[in-house]
Amino acid sequence: MGNPGAGLCARPPERGFPMVFEQIINGLILGSTYSLIALGYTMVYGILEMINFAHGEIYMFGAFTGLWLTLTTNLPFVATFLLASLAAAALGFVIERVAYRPLRRSSRITVLISAIGVSIFLQNLMLIVAGPQTRDFPAKLSIVTWHLPGGVAFTSLQAYILLLVVVLMAGLQLLVQRTKIGQAMRAVAQDREVARLMGIPIDKVISFTFVLGSGLGAVAGIIIGVYFNSVDPLMGMLPGLKGFVAAVLGGIGSIPGAMLGGLILGFAEVAGTIYMSSYKDAIAFCFLVLILLIKPSGILGRSLQEKV
Amino acid sequence: MSAYQQQILILTGINVISALGLSLISGFTGQLSLGHAGFFGVGAYISALLTTKAQLPFALALVVGAFSAGLAGLVVGFPTLRLKGDYLAIATLGFGEIMRVLALNLKITGGPVGIRGIPHSTWPSTVILLAVLAYLLLKKLIDSHVGKTFIAVREDETAAEAMGLDTARVKISAFVIGAIYAGVAGGLYAHYIRYINPSILGFMKSIEILCMVVLGGMGSLPGTVAGTVILTVTPELLRSVSPLISQYRQVIYGVLLIVLMLCRPQGLFGGATYKRERHVPAWKLWGRRESANDIAQR
Repeated sequence: MGNPGAGLCARPPERGFPMVFEQIINGLILGSTYSLIALGYTMVYGILEMINFAHGEIYMFGAFTGLWLTLTTNLPFVATFLLASLAAAALGFVIERVAYRPLRRSSRITVLISAIGVSIFLQNLMLIVAGPQTRDFPAKLSIVTWHLPGGVAFTSLQAYILLLVVVLMAGLQLLVQRTKIGQAMRAVAQDREVARLMGIPIDKVISFTFVLGSGLGAVAGIIIGVYFNSVDPLMGMLPGLKGFVAAVLGGIGSIPGAMLGGLILGFAEVAGTIYMSSYKDAIAFCFLVLILLIKPSGILGRSLQEKV
Repeated sequence: MSAYQQQILILTGINVISALGLSLISGFTGQLSLGHAGFFGVGAYISALLTTKAQLPFALALVVGAFSAGLAGLVVGFPTLRLKGDYLAIATLGFGEIMRVLALNLKITGGPVGIRGIPHSTWPSTVILLAVLAYLLLKKLIDSHVGKTFIAVREDETAAEAMGLDTARVKISAFVIGAIYAGVAGGLYAHYIRYINPSILGFMKSIEILCMVVLGGMGSLPGTVAGTVILTVTPELLRSVSPLISQYRQVIYGVLLIVLMLCRPQGLFGGATYKRERHVPAWKLWGRRESANDIAQR
């Protein structure tokens, strides 16, 4: 005979405010990883008007490379992050070169199918190389838990993640707004042909965009891998789709929009987990359908006049 | 004919019906749909529920399932009034995923286990008959003046509208008819395999069907059939050739998709142009820069 009150009394800190606080942190972390993924989609879409369907697989690849580096080398964790992002960036570069660039003049559906091909290829290659099982991702960090007044717990891992995301986003904003390559990216996004006439090497700018987006995607992969302590070859599929939803939600092509969209989605999902956990994965897509019906250009996006 | 061969035949027939539906939506009307498995699943689930829970005869259940899928097509078709291209593709993808999550969580659909013990009512003759009928009906439709409106929307929506065509209606009818096709295929599938679960609604299933249509050639009925037969039968053949190939099957599948898009984006039978696309094989363009002429072409 179990005492129904016992469980409740044993875990008082998990109810009320501490639980809300913990869920807010979870929402922030989940949301910021969606933002990082969405940035990759939104930058590529802004410039090429294509959905890089393989982006979720780059995220997965980043997480696996990070795991592999953690297990086989003695590098500090920061170096693991850096190397894994570089590897994913290289992969993004190669994918664009091999599967997308030759198709730049083709119809959208052709590029989309090619991207789906890349996605299927990477996913199944990883299934063969790494096996289908889910793996632990031990972070080489000494994690401290801080107990704040009111029964609130906060770990240093959460602090590191949030700090990293803030730094990355601020850095990206600076890069896009203040540097020459950022200016070139914005110019290509506005009008590719005119940008070329102005002497901007658009092929290089496009490659750079893929490199940047893939690097950010890999960071998101490692964050999720470490935070939820699990990595598997199919992990990229749903976050990839949701990252795209986040990009559409915020307004595709808009960098602040991607950040905002990711956070909204993260919070909505965490709230959904509390109230109707089994429908969690549908929330993103309901959001998507709603936003597409109400304001297809997204929250921060500008609606474009269709050119005839 | 062995039981195994019979199974391949039936699955090919079912896929042909489903792919013909998508061929109308994407190939002829030019509306990229990534949620075709959602319609397939609606047909499968509704018909299976009717035969197992309500003890309805198979034929009636199949018809009701198909019309439910058509209704879903109507619901999905409405957003298409406002959405174009990639946005539409993602919205249909969202529809498919929502259907999958619903099937996974609703009590009546049996959750992750799905529905078991569906009566075996799909026979080779049923499938062949329905596949041929589906093909002929669609051919009749495409060749009629209504068929021309689908193609007009694909080729240039603005121009079609300027000619006085109700493009919204055309697109919605394409979705409804295409969804009915998928629903019939789903009903047949459920009553052949005899159990269904939410995995039939997965995103990859939609992609598989889309690949059949694209491989055969967008906007070609014989192409759709050829693409479906190739993509249904080849994996089975590869399975028996060598275990190594069988292990790498999906990897090869991915590579083939990329190579096909690079070398023959119009598909095997693709005669129809898709948005003024010039048929220069992509490998000829390797390392070439976009010229001003290319830009003018676009």
